[in-house]
Amino acid sequence: MIFGRTERGKPPVEPVTLKILVAGGFGVGKTTLVGAVSEIRPLRTEEVLTEAGRPVDDVSGVEGKHTTTVAMDFGRITLREDLVLYLFGTPGQERFWFMWDELSEGALGAVVLADTRRLEDCFAAIDYFERRDIPFLVGVNCFEGAARYPAEDVRRALDLDDGVPLLLCDARDRESVKEILVGVVQHAMKYTADRRRRALTT
Amino acid sequence: MSADGQAGSHWFDDDAGPVVRPYAMTRGRTSHAAQHRLDLIAVVVTEPHVDDPEADDTLSPEHVDIVELCRDTPQSVAELAAELDLPVGVVRVLIGDLVDEEYVHVSRPVPPAELPDESILRDVINGLRAL
Repeated sequence: MIFGRTERGKPPVEPVTLKILVAGGFGVGKTTLVGAVSEIRPLRTEEVLTEAGRPVDDVSGVEGKHTTTVAMDFGRITLREDLVLYLFGTPGQERFWFMWDELSEGALGAVVLADTRRLEDCFAAIDYFERRDIPFLVGVNCFEGAARYPAEDVRRALDLDDGVPLLLCDARDRESVKEILVGVVQHAMKYTADRRRRALTT
Repeated sequence: MSADGQAGSHWFDDDAGPVVRPYAMTRGRTSHAAQHRLDLIAVVVTEPHVDDPEADDTLSPEHVDIVELCRDTPQSVAELAAELDLPVGVVRVLIGDLVDEEYVHVSRPVPPAELPDESILRDVINGLRAL
C-alpha cells in the first residue's frame, strides 16, 4: 500500500532553461554582474590537471594530486514559473578554457565584459566566441576612476565586427545589467535570423 | 594550497581536503552512459511514482537528496551541484544512476544545437525588463 506522495495533484512544472555566458578577464566584474540580477552560487567541478596548468598549479607536496577544482559562479533568474535563465561566469584563467566548450554548447549568447584599462584581457574571449559562431556583445564596465572613452574608440581598439553590439555598463547596477542581457537576447535573435537568411540565399 | 613552502606544515580542517574524496560517492566512476544528455542546465525531475527512496538500500544518501530535492521543484544539474556542494562530475554520475533506476527523468526541451523559438526569446526579453 502506498500512501502520500503518489496522491499529489498536478506534477511540478518542468521549466524551459536557457543560459547566457559571462566572460572576460580576471577582476573585470563578472561575479558582480551575475550578482546584480540574480542570487549567485558557486559551482564546483573537479577537473583533471593538464600539462598546461603545471607551472601554475603548485602540486609540490601533493604529487598524487591529479585533479583540480575549478570554481565558477552561476546565477538563476526565474522569468516565469516555466522559464528560467541561467548566467554562468566562465572561469577566467586561460588554462580552464576546455570548460568553455561545455559551457558554450547550447548557450543563447554571451557577454564579454571589458575594462578599458586592460582591454587586452578580453581579446581571447572575443576570439573564442567569434570562432564558434556564438552571438555575443561587449559590455564595457565603466569603473569609477577609469577614463571614459567613446564607444567607437573602444570598438576600434577591440577590432570588433560591425555586427557586434558594444554597450557601456555598470556591472553593479541592476538596470544596467538587465539592459546588457536584453541586448544579448536581441542580438542572438537577429544573429540567427541573419544566419537563416544567408543559408537560404546561398 | 599554502605557498609558504614550510616543510612539513600541517593541514587542518578544510585545508586537508574533503574527508571523503568526491568520486568515492560514485564508487570511482567518472562518467555515465546517460551523461551525454546532462547539460548543466538540463532539468532533473523526480518521477511522480517514486515514494520512499530511502527504503532502497542501493541508493547513497546523495542519491536520496537528489530525488527529494527534485520532487517539488525540478532543478538543473548546476543547481543540484551547488546545493549538494559536490563537483558537477559527481552529480552527473549520480543522476545517471537515478535515471537508470527510473527514479528521475531529465528534461531538456531545447536541443542544444539550436536556438529556442523566437516567441520564447521575446518572453525572455519581456521577463528581463520586468525584473
